Amino acid sequence: MKKPITKLIHEYLRHDKKFPHVWCPGCGNGIVLGGLIRAIDAVGLSKDQVVLVSGIGCSGRMSVYVDFNTLHTTHGRALTFATGIKLVKPELTVVVVMGDGDALSIGGNHLIHAARRNVDINAIIVNNQIYGMTGGQFSSTTPYGAYATTSPYGNIEHAFPISELAVVAGASFVARATVYHAQLLEGMIEAALKKRGFSLVEVISTCPVQYGRRNKLADPVAMMTYLKENSVKKEKADTMDPKEIKDKFVIGILADVEKPVYMEDYLQVKEKSKS
Amino acid sequence: MSRTNVRKVRRLIQGNEAVVEGALAAGCRFFAGYPITPASEIAELFAERMPQVGGVFIQMEDEIASLGAVLGASLAGAKAMTATSGPGFSLMQENLGFGCIAEIPCVIVNVMRAGPSTGLPTSPAQGDVLQARWGTHGDHPIIVLAASSVWDCFTLTVEAFNLSEKYRVPVILLSDAIVAHTRETIELPDPGTLKIVDRVKPTMPPEWYIPYQDNPTGVPPMAAFGDGYRYHVTGLIHDVRGFPTQRVDEITSFMSRLFRKITQGFQEIFITSGFMLEDAEYAVIAYGSVARAAKRAIREARDRGIKAGLLQLITLFPFPKRTVQGVLSKSKGVLVPEMNLGQISREVKRVNECMTKVYKLNRIDGQGIKPQEILAAILQMWEELK
Ligand SMILES: Cc1ncc(C[n+]2csc(CCOP(=O)(O)OP(=O)(O)O)c2C)c(N)n1
Ligand code: SF4
Repeated sequence: MKKPITKLIHEYLRHDKKFPHVWCPGCGNGIVLGGLIRAIDAVGLSKDQVVLVSGIGCSGRMSVYVDFNTLHTTHGRALTFATGIKLVKPELTVVVVMGDGDALSIGGNHLIHAARRNVDINAIIVNNQIYGMTGGQFSSTTPYGAYATTSPYGNIEHAFPISELAVVAGASFVARATVYHAQLLEGMIEAALKKRGFSLVEVISTCPVQYGRRNKLADPVAMMTYLKENSVKKEKADTMDPKEIKDKFVIGILADVEKPVYMEDYLQVKEKSKS
Repeated sequence: MSRTNVRKVRRLIQGNEAVVEGALAAGCRFFAGYPITPASEIAELFAERMPQVGGVFIQMEDEIASLGAVLGASLAGAKAMTATSGPGFSLMQENLGFGCIAEIPCVIVNVMRAGPSTGLPTSPAQGDVLQARWGTHGDHPIIVLAASSVWDCFTLTVEAFNLSEKYRVPVILLSDAIVAHTRETIELPDPGTLKIVDRVKPTMPPEWYIPYQDNPTGVPPMAAFGDGYRYHVTGLIHDVRGFPTQRVDEITSFMSRLFRKITQGFQEIFITSGFMLEDAEYAVIAYGSVARAAKRAIREARDRGIKAGLLQLITLFPFPKRTVQGVLSKSKGVLVPEMNLGQISREVKRVNECMTKVYKLNRIDGQGIKPQEILAAILQMWEELK
C-alpha cells in the first residue's frame, strides 16, 4: 500500500530546514524528488542507510531538503565523492543527483568512469537540457538548433545521448524517463536502487524558465505536453525505423546486465593480498 | 609539538615509502590517486598494502576525482589521503577548498617537481609552496608541512593526519623529488608508541547533534555518514546545522570559527627545529631537502669560526611568525635558500620588520641546492656584515 503524500513529506523532508525551496514554479525538480522519495520508501530503506550526494545546479539543491545523510559537492564531482563514501561504507545506499551540465559537461569524465568501474552507486541525472542555475546557457544536452543565452542564434553543438553513453561505458542498469511519466520514473528509480552495480536513471525534465522561455515552451504545461508527445517507449522504439525516433526520447529500461561490481571484486583483492 | 622518538624496526626505504608507512601507522585506510612522477610510488605501495590492512586503494580518473573520493571517504569515517605532484596538485585546488569549508580531515602529499606546467617531471623543486597556502580560491585556513628526510616523511605523515583529524582541516605535506627518492635507513617506531589522534565524534543522541555548532575548541564533533547522525554537508557557507545561509551574522561567525580553530592551535601546529641556533649570529632559514644541505654548510661555516645556525621550518603555513621573528631579532643576517624564486623568503621579509638583513639563494633549474652553495652564501653574508 502506498503511503499518502503528506506522510511521505513528513517522514522524508527535513523539519529543521528553512523552506521554501529554491525551485521555480513549473520546474521538474520537485517531480524527480517525489519519485525518488516514493522509490526509497517502496524499497524500504532506512533514512540512516541512505546517502544523497548532489552536484551543483538547481537539481543539486535537492540534497538539502531530504532527511538523509546529505552531501552537496562541487560542480561535476558528485560521483567522485560518492565513490569514496561507497567504498568505505558499502552497506550504505548511495544516490547521486546531478544536472545535465553537472554530469555531462564538467563531470562527463567522472560519469563514464563511474559506469565503467561499476561501483554500486545510483545516479539520477535531471536532464533539463540547459544550465538552469546560471541562467540558461546551453549545456552538452541542449538540442541542436535550440536557443540559449550563449546560443542566441541557435545551438550549433550536438547533444550527448546520456543514457546511451552510460550503456556503452558499462553501467549495470540504465533507464530513461521524463517528469511527465512520473510513475514510470518512480519505478525506474526503484529498480535502480535494487540493482547491484552502477545504475543510471536519466530524467528528461522541464525548465520552463531558462529553457522553455527561449524555445516556445514557456508554459510549464506546454513543456509537459512536449515531453508526452515526444517520448517513445523502448519496446516500441525497437520496432521503429531509427530515423523516426531520431529526435524522440526513448523511455524505459535501456540496459540491465549482470557484471562484476567493483567493491565485490575488491573484497577478493583483499583476500588475495593476505595470502 | 613533541615529536615521537621511540624507534624500532630498521628499514632501508625511500621517502615515498616512508609516507605510506607513516600513513598506515596513523590509521589511514583509504587512498585515491592518479599516477604522476615523482609521487607514483606512493600509489603503487598503497595498492599493495591497503587491501592487506583492510583498507581501500583506488586509482581514479584524474586528480580532481582523487581528492573528491578522499573527501567522500573521510565523510564516511575513514582517514584518507592522496598523493600527487604539481600538475595534479593544481587540479585538486577546487576540492581542496571544499575540504576547508566543509571541514573534512584529509592529507594531500605533494611531491614537488619543477614547474610550471609539465616543467621538469623528474627534477626537484619547491615551487608549490605558495600554491599550497593560497591555491584554492577564497580566504581559507590550511596547514602546510615540509619534509626534509625519509624519517620526516614518516613522522610528518603521522603528524599531518593528527593535525588534520584534530582541527578538521586538509593538511598538505610537501616533499620533493630528492626527499621522495632518497633511500635511507630509518627505524620504524613500534605502532603502539606513536601518538595517534582521531577526530572527535559526537556522543550526544542524534536529535541533539548540531553539526557545525561552535565550542571552545572551534572544532565541532564530526559524525560519519551512516552512524545515525543525518546531517547536511555543503560547500556553500552554512549555518550551524549545515544549511546554506546568506545571513551576515551567520556568515561572520562561521568564517571566524574556521580561522579561530587554527589560531587557537598555533602552539601545537607550529613545528620548527633549530640546529646550532643558540649562539648563532648568522642564521639560515630553510625547509625540505634544502634544510639538510644547510646543516652541512653550517657545520663547515662553524669550522671556519663563523657562528652560523639553522632554523628549519617544518610547518610552513600557518607561517611560524613568532619563531622566525625570534631568529631574525638576534641575527646579524639571515639567508633563505630555496628551490624557487623566493616563496618563503618573502614571508620571512614580511615578518622581518627591518630587524635584520634577509638574503636569498634561489635555484629553479631542477637542481638541488648544494651545501657548498649555501656555505658560499653564508661566507658572503658574513663578509658583508662582520
Ligand atoms: C567549477 C564551476 N564552474 C561553474 C560553476 C557555475 N555553475 C553553477 S551551476 C552550473 C550549471 C548547472 O547546470 P546543470 O548541471 O544542468 O543543473 P541545473 O541547474 O540545470 O539543474 C554552473 C555552470 C560552478 N559552480 N563551478
Ligand atoms: S531555473 Fe529551471 S531548473 Fe532551475 S529551478 Fe528554475 S525551472 Fe527549475
